[in-house]
Amino acid sequence: MITEVIPSLIRTVSTDDTWITFDVNSLAQNFWSSTFDGLTFGAIYALVALGYTLVYGVLNLINFAHSEVFITGCYGVFFTLSALNFGPSAPKLAFWAIVGNLVLALVVAIVASALMAVIVERVAYKPLRQRKAPRLAFLITAIGVSFAIQYTIYWWRGPSPEAALTMFRPTPLFDVFGTIIDSQQVVIIVAAVILMVATDQFIRRSRTGRGIRAVAQDPDTATLMGVNKEKIIVTTFIIGGVLAGAAALFYVMKIPSGVQYSGGFILGVKAFAAAVLGGIGNVRGALLGGLLIGLIGNYGQVLLGSSQWTDVVAFVVLVLVLIVRPEGILGSSLGKSKA
Amino acid sequence: MSTTEGPTLIPDDAAAQAMMDREAKMKPRKGWFPGLGEKWNTLSRQKQWLILIVVVVIAYLLPILNPPLITTEPGNNWQIALAQMSVYALVAVGLNVVVGYAGLLDLGYVAFFAVGSYTAAMFTSPDSPYVHIPYLWTLPLAMAITMFFGVMLGVPTLRLRGDYLAIVTLGFGEIVRILATIIPAMKGQVGFQNVGHPPGTDSGGQPIFLNSNGTPWYWLTLTIIILVLLAAGNLERSRVGRAWIAIREDEDAAEIMGVPTFKYKVWAFAIGASVGGLSGALFAGQVGFVNNQKFDIATSILFLAAVVMGGTGNKVGAILGGSLVAYIPLRFTAIAEFKYLIFGAALVLIMIFRPGGILPARQSLLAYGRIAYNKVKALAMKKPGTGQLTTSTGKGAGDE
Repeated sequence: MITEVIPSLIRTVSTDDTWITFDVNSLAQNFWSSTFDGLTFGAIYALVALGYTLVYGVLNLINFAHSEVFITGCYGVFFTLSALNFGPSAPKLAFWAIVGNLVLALVVAIVASALMAVIVERVAYKPLRQRKAPRLAFLITAIGVSFAIQYTIYWWRGPSPEAALTMFRPTPLFDVFGTIIDSQQVVIIVAAVILMVATDQFIRRSRTGRGIRAVAQDPDTATLMGVNKEKIIVTTFIIGGVLAGAAALFYVMKIPSGVQYSGGFILGVKAFAAAVLGGIGNVRGALLGGLLIGLIGNYGQVLLGSSQWTDVVAFVVLVLVLIVRPEGILGSSLGKSKA
Repeated sequence: MSTTEGPTLIPDDAAAQAMMDREAKMKPRKGWFPGLGEKWNTLSRQKQWLILIVVVVIAYLLPILNPPLITTEPGNNWQIALAQMSVYALVAVGLNVVVGYAGLLDLGYVAFFAVGSYTAAMFTSPDSPYVHIPYLWTLPLAMAITMFFGVMLGVPTLRLRGDYLAIVTLGFGEIVRILATIIPAMKGQVGFQNVGHPPGTDSGGQPIFLNSNGTPWYWLTLTIIILVLLAAGNLERSRVGRAWIAIREDEDAAEIMGVPTFKYKVWAFAIGASVGGLSGALFAGQVGFVNNQKFDIATSILFLAAVVMGGTGNKVGAILGGSLVAYIPLRFTAIAEFKYLIFGAALVLIMIFRPGGILPARQSLLAYGRIAYNKVKALAMKKPGTGQLTTSTGKGAGDE
């Protein structure tokens, strides 16, 4: 046995098949461009991560179907823009016409996503809550709903991605460290940050936001204090859906051919990793985590040489965070955030 | 579940009532065959063995019998279908240890299955440049390697709440597929052909274990299933099994009662992973070809559906569920395309309407608790005056 093993080990070393190669030069050359690209992706992850974080904060449940809520929004964008004659090449329209069309697509996506979020809550989670099912039952139902929706879309639209839609041609705006930043990146990052600040302020200042925080802290006491728990839960799902719908528009803007039945799934895992990295249940943590996951994933992709490494890197980050600091960078818990 | 009720130390009317309430709560959790479990338990040991032997013999004869109506022909070869069903059944038995016994949600079980398959392929296929070993040796090797991965993945996540395990395993399931695609050494879609098989040739000089002949593979897998079942049954009845059930029912309470929950959770996860690796190696041998297309995360959900459908925590149910999940798309080829949709929806419906599955698990801990309760009560009856005992307890939970 041993006599066989040694020569074959030597053969192992001399083979052409490689496991992992690092391309440090490529990372050094593309550092700034991958930074800005990473931030753009990170902004999208952060919007989706907010949906996970809010539901987790209120219900202590990973809503696996949130990735399908997101992909529903993507289909909303796709159908609206297809109906408005958008195609693979950039449309020749006036600036305000494009803005108007995009706002319409955004509204459709938000409505579709929020509706899907409410349906998921009502069909899958509410019956279980009513009969006080064990936690495992919630998780199994969550993943079941996620797959049922995913394969309903598959059944309806088939396995291949939808035709690409270009919303507008990215125009170079300004130059940072020799890297051109285009209008698309600016639109996505600025819009996402505005939405997240608005969400944060809503949770912190509004009456409903106070209700959400109260339910997150202690559902029973909140109910005794006159908070309508069921209403708060549905509201939380709606907020998550609205943000996912917005993320859907930006996602299609960034990846025009990304509308596919399984498109939400891996993005969902990355967004969840972002939520955990920032501190699950923490609204500001979701923003930070999303941007970091976007950056780390993009660096990993450039360093390791294939776009699919993004997912692997994000996953490794998730596991490392769970080992080193499971409560995330900013600390978890929605309820404890100060008003 | 029982956090609102305080501990009941003295066997009095209230305790008896509480016990009855708890059992009444369990009553609607009967499966589709109510009373089957009790009937089985009332049989004598000899009769149980006799029935088991008959069932096992029928199971072994299935590929030869090829029963009409049940058979998957025409459309799918019955023997190969049986081999696939047995692999799924083995997967379900393994996953049942994780989900059913210990109550940990493993959504990336297909990853362990994939690691097992790749282990078998990379150590036996002529396409692989590495060390070659006989196929049968890859079975324990696959178990060892997947167990290692299970521990690697379990140790960071099992210290935390169960939800993290679910998402980490979900991610892991997808990552293994992606890694198989992008790491050149794992050959992506090209894959590994001519995966090895157990030795032996028939009288004509042909190898017994051909990829086109499912019967020997089915028998091999069935034998392994029986061995794994015996092992799992022993584990279930041991200290380890009781610890798992305690963790599943109430982890905090188990920890307080002195169960080292983390240790036992890692054990459950690693044992489940190793069975997944074993079934993956068997699958690779039977199909004879391994590439990155067979291990998508949707398959994981099929595995989970198998366990949940059969009855979470019941090993017989797991076998039934696993075979059904493989069998239904093969038998009813018209709906095979929608299997993920059907089983995804089935997961939701089962959890909402029939959380016990087809063959619900016995509430083992409650059964133990009942025995202990009766013993204590009998003791207290013998020595009147030691407890606050009233004589009216007889009508209640006491008589078995």
